[in-house]
Amino acid sequence: MSGAITRRTVLAGGAASMLAAPWVARADTKNLRIGMQSILSGPIALLGTSSRNALMIEQDRINAAGGFLGRQIEFVYRDSKGQPQEAARIARELVNSEGCELLIDAEASSGAFAVQEVVRDLGNVVCLHTNSETSSLTADPKIRAPNAFRVARQGVHDAVAGSMYLSDYANAKKLNKWATCSPDYAYGRDTTAQYLQFFKKFKPDIEVITEGWPKLGQPDFTEVITKLIQAKPQALFTLLYAGDLSAFVNQGNVYALFSQMTVATPNVDYPVLAAIKNLPAGIQSATRYLETFPDTPGNKEWGQAYLKRWKERPTNWSWQNSLAMHFYEEAIKKTNSLDAKALSAALSGMKINTPFGADGTITMRDDHTTIGYAIGWGQTTPKEPFIIDVKPADWGKIIELETDWKKQQKYI
Amino acid sequence: MDLDALGACLMTPACVVTQTTSGLIVGMLLFLVAAGVTLIFGVLKIVNFAHGTFYMLGGYVAYTALGITDSYALAVLSGTLAMALFGVLFERVLISRVYGSNVLMQLLVCYAVVLIFDDVVKLVWGPEFHAMGMPPAFQVPPLFIAGGVVPPFYAVLIGIAAMIAIVLGLGLSMTRLGKTVRAAAINPQMVSALGVNTTALFAIVFAVGGGLAGLAGALAAPVRSLSPGMGFSILIESFIVTVIGGMGSIGGALVAALVIGMVRGFGTIGFPQFTDGLIYIVMIIILLLRPQGLFGRPT
Repeated sequence: MSGAITRRTVLAGGAASMLAAPWVARADTKNLRIGMQSILSGPIALLGTSSRNALMIEQDRINAAGGFLGRQIEFVYRDSKGQPQEAARIARELVNSEGCELLIDAEASSGAFAVQEVVRDLGNVVCLHTNSETSSLTADPKIRAPNAFRVARQGVHDAVAGSMYLSDYANAKKLNKWATCSPDYAYGRDTTAQYLQFFKKFKPDIEVITEGWPKLGQPDFTEVITKLIQAKPQALFTLLYAGDLSAFVNQGNVYALFSQMTVATPNVDYPVLAAIKNLPAGIQSATRYLETFPDTPGNKEWGQAYLKRWKERPTNWSWQNSLAMHFYEEAIKKTNSLDAKALSAALSGMKINTPFGADGTITMRDDHTTIGYAIGWGQTTPKEPFIIDVKPADWGKIIELETDWKKQQKYI
Repeated sequence: MDLDALGACLMTPACVVTQTTSGLIVGMLLFLVAAGVTLIFGVLKIVNFAHGTFYMLGGYVAYTALGITDSYALAVLSGTLAMALFGVLFERVLISRVYGSNVLMQLLVCYAVVLIFDDVVKLVWGPEFHAMGMPPAFQVPPLFIAGGVVPPFYAVLIGIAAMIAIVLGLGLSMTRLGKTVRAAAINPQMVSALGVNTTALFAIVFAVGGGLAGLAGALAAPVRSLSPGMGFSILIESFIVTVIGGMGSIGGALVAALVIGMVRGFGTIGFPQFTDGLIYIVMIIILLLRPQGLFGRPT
């Protein structure tokens, strides 16, 4: 065997060393790496993509202003495909192998709960959950982690706000016979129950006369729609979302469903509005994200900047991710550190100015969840701004009833 | 379980008309997809696990064609013809290489095609869902027959699917090509020995099967959301139809699709929490009584 080192050996050795020691390849960069994981493929990939889009805008803005602690920020994006076990693996890998010093967990609830345990175990990094709305993630003290925070809507807040609006509407229109139609999995069943619990508290005389539980991603809703028509409710509450909601509305139009009953949903988002070609007027709808609510120059400017950059409108997940970076920015300015304990202490109770706040501010409460974000309900119209007559929710009432609910659940 | 509601529905003409229409539309669209699966299996003994991809691509092609031509008829035609052509390419380039191979090899090839084209759809049309929207001609109020609701668009779809079923049935039983296809399903070696170009014949079978799935995808596009991976959901039910009807039987596929449609239509009234389970129970009962399916030949 010859002892000579060939060109091929050198190349192979070089490649192997790059693979074996990735930190060598990036030793010359002082960028602050922020791990971001979300659902970037599959049926709801558009939500994950819209999260990433918002973060890319934030990255440019923050870097143009000098970055964090004088270091340019750089996101490391990972696709969990919506699988909890993959979400947990990725979270650990982002910190241990990719050298990320901050985390943005842009998973839906199933992944967020898995990430929560990893973050608790790691202990040395702060994580902001930007898309999980399941209340117990932060409301339940046994699940809450000292270094993890939710920068997103919370199910119980939306349920109280929606129920208050719908009970007023139902009283005004004398709507007592209701139907529900929600996706047949934990989110659909639990959140429908939560809405009904508050709804019945505000309007005890409502009666749910029929329920539809289509599968997530079911292509055809005809049998559900015809069943609803047969039951003749005065109003329908639905938690269908994204492509399922679009298909339901299109198929409902064929049966003139929307002229036979009032329909209410908290899940109308810009992609749904854009995809539904014949959006019926008069659907009672929450504002997931709406450029015209709050009707402020700051909110409009943010929505237009997103539209200009990505040629499409932002989603509810977009503003939540944008807001998360604002929280990081303020906390790092305040502590001048990336230390998990220092950042967590700074984030608890922090109030920041933001266009997404009902009164121009949003607070990170000391139970690690955000309050004061814009929640409104109005009615759809086929043309822009798509939702009109938006009534803002009463945050005082939301917090009062949330506290009752937490006591009921024995969280406090 | 709400047998009282089901009984009341069956006694009410309005409910019977509405739920029957609902069952027919679900069943007939399912038939168009399942007919291709069963035709391909009947002749080539290939279980085409990629058939849902044809359905998905048919919808997407129609969606794009509508944007270009502004004509729903041309959009449906484009989706159908594009998938017929895709069927030929699929058969010639891939499937023809695994004839007679282990079924796992065939499954692997089909599954690879499913994954590849799910990603192709993401690259071309994006990962987000799309909706075609109802053609203006069908943006009309539903008809009321005996108090039951019958949407004109669905009535037309049912009519088109029924016409396809008749043409397919007559074509297979009365034309020379149809008779050759049926003969090839029974004894392909003999058909080949008699001088029939089986290469072309197999490609035609895939063209017809693919075209039918593309047609179903295009016809349904105005009311169903288009998203990557959408073919998978319809594939499962089309296999159930194929198995219940009898592998290789077009008539069986039609009857089985209508059975599934009606189980869905009326099951949602009587068994609202168990409609999917009911379909599988019907399948198990039929297969226990007739293991070869309703119209299948005993092996």
